Amino acid sequence: MTKIHYKVGVDVGGTNTDTVILDQNNNTIIAVKSPTTEDVQTGILNSLTKAIETSNIDKKLISFVSLGTTHATNAIIQRKGLSKTAVVRISLPAGKGVPPMSEWEDDLIKSIDAKVYMVHGGFEFDGKPLYLEDLDREECAKVLEEIKTQNFESLAVSSIFSPAKNDHEVKFAQHAKEILGDDFPVTLSSEIGSLGLLERENSAILNASVVGVARKAVQGLITSLEKMNVTSKIFFAQNDGTLMSVEQAINYPILTIGSGPTNSIRGAAYLSDEDNCIVADIGGTSTDVGILVNSFPRQSALAVEVGGVLTNFRMPDLISIGLGGGSIVKMDEDDNIQIGPESVGYQLKEKALAFGGDTLTVTDIALAAGIAQIDDEDCDVERLSNLDTDLIKEAISKIERIVLDACDKIKTSPDPLPIILVGGGNIVVPASEVLLKPENSGCANAIGAAIADASGEIDQLWSLDNKTRDEAIEEAKSVAMERAIEMGADSSDTKIVDIEAVPLSYLPGNVLRVQAKAAGSLKL
Amino acid sequence: MSRLIDEKDIENIALGAAILGTGGGGDPHIGKLMAQQAIKEYGPVTLLEPNEVPDDALVVPVAMMGAPTVFIEKIPNGDETTKSLRRLEKYMGKKVYAVMPMECGGLNSTIPFVVAAQTGLPIVDADGMGRAFPELQMETFNVYDVSGTPMVVSDEKDNFVVIETQDNDMMEYLARGITIRMGGVGYIAHYTMTGKKMKSASIGYTTTLSMELGSILRSKDDNYVSPLDKMKKVLSTSDYGEPIGLFEAKIVDVDRSTEQGFAKGTVKLEGINDYTEKTYVVEFQNENLIAFEDDRPIVTVPDLITFLDLETFKPLTTESLRYGYRVLCLAIPTPSIMRTEKALKVWGPKYFGYDLPFVPVEERVMTND
Repeated sequence: MTKIHYKVGVDVGGTNTDTVILDQNNNTIIAVKSPTTEDVQTGILNSLTKAIETSNIDKKLISFVSLGTTHATNAIIQRKGLSKTAVVRISLPAGKGVPPMSEWEDDLIKSIDAKVYMVHGGFEFDGKPLYLEDLDREECAKVLEEIKTQNFESLAVSSIFSPAKNDHEVKFAQHAKEILGDDFPVTLSSEIGSLGLLERENSAILNASVVGVARKAVQGLITSLEKMNVTSKIFFAQNDGTLMSVEQAINYPILTIGSGPTNSIRGAAYLSDEDNCIVADIGGTSTDVGILVNSFPRQSALAVEVGGVLTNFRMPDLISIGLGGGSIVKMDEDDNIQIGPESVGYQLKEKALAFGGDTLTVTDIALAAGIAQIDDEDCDVERLSNLDTDLIKEAISKIERIVLDACDKIKTSPDPLPIILVGGGNIVVPASEVLLKPENSGCANAIGAAIADASGEIDQLWSLDNKTRDEAIEEAKSVAMERAIEMGADSSDTKIVDIEAVPLSYLPGNVLRVQAKAAGSLKL
Repeated sequence: MSRLIDEKDIENIALGAAILGTGGGGDPHIGKLMAQQAIKEYGPVTLLEPNEVPDDALVVPVAMMGAPTVFIEKIPNGDETTKSLRRLEKYMGKKVYAVMPMECGGLNSTIPFVVAAQTGLPIVDADGMGRAFPELQMETFNVYDVSGTPMVVSDEKDNFVVIETQDNDMMEYLARGITIRMGGVGYIAHYTMTGKKMKSASIGYTTTLSMELGSILRSKDDNYVSPLDKMKKVLSTSDYGEPIGLFEAKIVDVDRSTEQGFAKGTVKLEGINDYTEKTYVVEFQNENLIAFEDDRPIVTVPDLITFLDLETFKPLTTESLRYGYRVLCLAIPTPSIMRTEKALKVWGPKYFGYDLPFVPVEERVMTND
């Protein structure tokens, strides 16, 4: 029998900070909510304290605490506390055609006080050096000395084809340590993004700019947990549904900013006991639809905009549609029912008919149809008695249609998949054979954080001159496995969860792009 | 009348060219940024109508060739194609009067604007495909007897190769090999011709057309006219035929494989809205080539087949197609210069391995009704 121990998951949302405590068999011991605070940290500690005190568990038996935080997201959106960042692109003699941050808004560049330096180096797709095998030490030293005198606080380094070969980025970071000190934050693009220099570089620069904020936040959380006598391991939830160490969370905070939706998707799937499913998280004004493939949210293949900047780090693939509990229902010119995208949003309790308002919302329809019940003294279903029954019926089927269409869009094959409905707005959609509503779905996000795994990835171009396609794929798989184990995955339980091999178009040579991902549960 | 092309026009050209690009040519993003950067630095570019070019003037098409996947990683310096052009001038001992694009779609609709801005040369409103194709001999220039060489291929490290071959098939073969050795992308200038030849061996007004199509997709006007109707209006005054909304459908399967640098694939679709109970198949090799309705071919290359997102009307590249997309499939009859017997030998269905005759899409659709 496994020894009794507890896993604690915390997820910071827009309104609430949720905490769950699971036992060694992933049974929920307790789930609590506490308001999210402006500084994020106080909300986390309040929620955590509430969960531990109410459940009365032995703190010594907590094996790890997994935190999904929004520090980095808030810093980028509010442009507050961003570090003064130096940007180095290792690309000469190529790469001058589109300089770093070409598409950034001026005020964002100003808020990180960025300056760009370009140096010689980088590689071809097949690993041949673009310039010399090694960096020019003197050239690097000159750039770094200037960075030193200009009081930069953070450094972002990118180089051509670094996802395939990051030697020059790593070497530059070593030079940086010698000149700027061991403690100076250096972000390497190869640690964050995949192929596509501009988007990967953008990701690195954004990350470098929030390192300062993240350091303070992470250290603050650790100190507070120590004060609470919680001495277990601490992890942070990242965008792809896996965990990162404290050290990584300090160095690569950008990888946490999509963790909210990911935690919801994984938690919902866990509650429904599904490894492959679609999850629709229905809120007040919109619904996020994601898909879980072999227990992990499928990642977006396209560039994702963060703070107005195109990036390509791991983010869950989501479809957002304008349907929520507050969506307005009206008739269009041809007398067809129209649902959303306008919504009364957070004013549901003032504007919806059932609450005495003057606007017909999706929630009213669900109440009138008897699908939803709202336990609130201001809500009176009698106010809806005049609604036409045909209208109600038609609206319900339309709502269902909207959800099913969005779910169908995110699929990659016609095979049927269960659809799991979570979020506060899920009361407006009737459950059915294909639309499932798990119990406890209110804390799906925190459960998602508590059950997260460790993972490793690779995205590289392989020349097939001296190697077969299968050999390249096997090599990629084993690198991904090694990286997952490095990240803390239990080697006995680690497996490949995603593999894709695509030859390059317009090049009749032998070049294969292989992306592989491995994951496993945390070794405790 | 000639006109000036500014940064905003480039936005429309890149988007509109994607409609004519029939799903191929790679992501236009970086090409667009480079052209906008060059125009910002050197000022707007003069776009000449074909008939404004003197008969004895030297016109040179310019482009990038190779893998878009490499291009998004190994970003060029921006002056590679200009250097190829200058090297070609030196080799020939002649001065270039104007540059022009080789194709519509992807990167190569905007790369010539980088060269034009940097050199101050005008750009001719015409190209050699009127769409996107994967190989260099697939040019009206080749079909109508322009030699593809001398040709200069260069890279970002100032390596230059001058190619002189006996025919244009050999030119493509050698240039493709050199491009691989240059790291997957090469910057080219070739198919040098006189203004007179250009007028008879190219497809006119494709930049203006791209610009107008792009502006239709980007405009949000209050008097709701469907984008398709607006496209019809624009195309009706061009050398292309009137566009045909072939069908609205949902993608139910995308089967991909890659052979010899071609991203081949088959898209299966099920009709929706007015097209329910019909099934469709579109075959692509980098670009969309053949469309079938219930196993009957309805569009054959070189006629254009373009998928637009049914909600946003944005053109979709073959790389981005996947299960569940709701699409409007658009067919555009190609200009007659691309449908001659000589032309069809170079890019008809048979060249791509289909045992089908080319039948103009407007005729197939007519017999259907």
